Amino acid sequence: MQPKLSLLDEELIDRILDEAYELLLNPGIKVQNAEARQLLSEAGAQVDEETMVVRIPEQIVRRAVETVPSVFHLYDYDGNPKVQYGGDAVHFDPGSSGISILLPDTLEHKTAESEDLIRIIKVAEVLPQYDAQSTAIVCHDVPKDIHDLYRLYLVLLYSKKPIVTGAFTNKTVHQMLEMLAILAGGHEASRLKPRAVFDVCPSPPLIWSNFGAGQLIALARAGIPAEIVSMPLAGAAAPVTLLGAVTQHAAECLSGITIHQLARAGSPIVWGGAPAIFDMRKGGTPFGAIETAMIDSSYAQVGKSLGLPTHAYLGATEAKLLDTQAGLESGMGALVGALSGINMISGSGMLDSLLCQSPEKLVTDAEGIAMAKRMIAGMKVHTETLATAFFEGVNFKGGDFLKQKITLKLFREEQHMPDKVFDRDSMRGWRESGSMDTFTRARIRVKEILASYRRPEMNPDHEAALYAYVLDLAHQAGLEDLPRLEEPAIA
Amino acid sequence: MSDELFKQMAQSIIDGDSDLSTELAQKSIEMNIPPLDAITKGFVIGVNYIGDQFGAGEAFLPELVMAGEAMKAAVATLEPELLKLGEARETMGRVVLATVEGDIHEIGKTLVGTMLSASGFEVTDLGVDQPADKIIGKALEINASIIGMSALLTTTMVRQREVIEEMDKEGLRPKIKVMVGGAPITREWATKIKADGYSEDAVGAVKLAKELVGKADV
Repeated sequence: MQPKLSLLDEELIDRILDEAYELLLNPGIKVQNAEARQLLSEAGAQVDEETMVVRIPEQIVRRAVETVPSVFHLYDYDGNPKVQYGGDAVHFDPGSSGISILLPDTLEHKTAESEDLIRIIKVAEVLPQYDAQSTAIVCHDVPKDIHDLYRLYLVLLYSKKPIVTGAFTNKTVHQMLEMLAILAGGHEASRLKPRAVFDVCPSPPLIWSNFGAGQLIALARAGIPAEIVSMPLAGAAAPVTLLGAVTQHAAECLSGITIHQLARAGSPIVWGGAPAIFDMRKGGTPFGAIETAMIDSSYAQVGKSLGLPTHAYLGATEAKLLDTQAGLESGMGALVGALSGINMISGSGMLDSLLCQSPEKLVTDAEGIAMAKRMIAGMKVHTETLATAFFEGVNFKGGDFLKQKITLKLFREEQHMPDKVFDRDSMRGWRESGSMDTFTRARIRVKEILASYRRPEMNPDHEAALYAYVLDLAHQAGLEDLPRLEEPAIA
Repeated sequence: MSDELFKQMAQSIIDGDSDLSTELAQKSIEMNIPPLDAITKGFVIGVNYIGDQFGAGEAFLPELVMAGEAMKAAVATLEPELLKLGEARETMGRVVLATVEGDIHEIGKTLVGTMLSASGFEVTDLGVDQPADKIIGKALEINASIIGMSALLTTTMVRQREVIEEMDKEGLRPKIKVMVGGAPITREWATKIKADGYSEDAVGAVKLAKELVGKADV
């Protein structure tokens, strides 16, 4: 039995949805994309072209929710389903949206570049706790026009895992879809076995920008999964109450799903988000706050009540270094997310409120994820009797259980064996291995991982076609050549 | 008599009570108290108190924002009187704030505005999605000494550079200083686009603004 955390009872879920439907009528949703307004108008919503406010009746929304697939999968490069969106499956991927990277030697938050993203991809590729990659940081060494597609390019070159990504413009989303199609062997193949999901963000409160709504429509028509990342900031861009924020989240997601399904019914879409409370002392958005995790857990419950796949941003921290606060907040977030049965939990590796990525933190976060996954694997009945049979011939001697064959057989199933980045040594052993703290061990582990990493083999024709396509886009953006990578993909 | 009123004025700001601050401003006019006195001996005391408390981590943003609103309401009531007398409130300087074109995020920028107002700047907040000509036009219109620009998206931060380039073309710098901010904004970016300064948070923005107008805290 997978243990579940439930912060809401059914009555409260109904109230949240009732009020969310009410918000869709009054004040309505501001939709700054003409095509989306037209789709909504044709479906029977009341559109004010001047204010761009759309009032969407409940039955239109309910119809849209019904056509959303309750389960879909993301596939790896080889076409194996690796991520299940839907049900209570739980997966983790590194947080994206980072603009800097923690340098382990100087502790500086350095503006991120290509080589930094490659290091992150390699670490996430090797660690089994990450079921998907993300386009984790913006590479400042390439022109802005190709920021989004370029980071997808690097992930495609260095990874075989499924990918959580997103486009920055209504034009580049099509180029990114093309890149995925090149590796998949065509758009139809890419649609049937999607490798990536695209994050799409409404703007709080209750606004779908021209860009956000444009992405919904483009992705729906392409049949490539979209992931709504609604981010009510409780107390600033959303009601201060956690339930108020959850309700606003529901209204933003429901309206997004409606636009998406009207563009093409049956296309996959995820009930996701990156909400946070608003910190009243510093004016920040603490993603490691327990209330933030409570909003996430609650909205996931609301999404599940509608039979929808879910996503959340958890496992991140406000800490600037890999310190106690970073470990506490990240671990608690991962555990709450896992216990909430959230299908994709993004945020690992992130420091400084989603601004800074750290490969070392990816390594320690992986331990938190492993613990959370062990937790939701739950209590298992392995044996006919729970304990009595174990006691045959033991005669009150401690240590005898170590000699039992069943111990050898079952200990790996019962216990998660932590990576050596976590310390369970004796004082003597700890001293002899260098008296290191977690961060020091994580730095060593990252170096080991980077040394052991091998770039996956791919169909050379696909790879050459991808290179040529991206090189052309780079030229158009004013870049003479794609930045030289430490292991050039193309000789 | 007026001492008691000044105290009530300060308290109305501390309590974030716009109705009361308006009422007290009106009362001071009826009592023929010079409007500048009402501001500097009454309302500003409350603003400073909340500002200090906030800096010390004792007061929080909702209190600061409500105090700012109450202050605005009081000054709006007194302004016609000031104009009649031909007096001007002495401020730290005028600031135009805006989120750049294509970007509709404004929480951070609004906070900066509140903090700057609380610190004695006269702030004109143009809101979100503002093109270069509007931002520059407003700065010229009110004779601003600082333009503050915010961008939350990596796709829109490039607009900050456009505004600066336009200002350079029109020869408006260094008379008008430019400060930039927003989540993706880094020191490197600020240097690259030749902004006069950048800050990661609202408290830092106030410090920066004071430096830019040559009134840095010592």
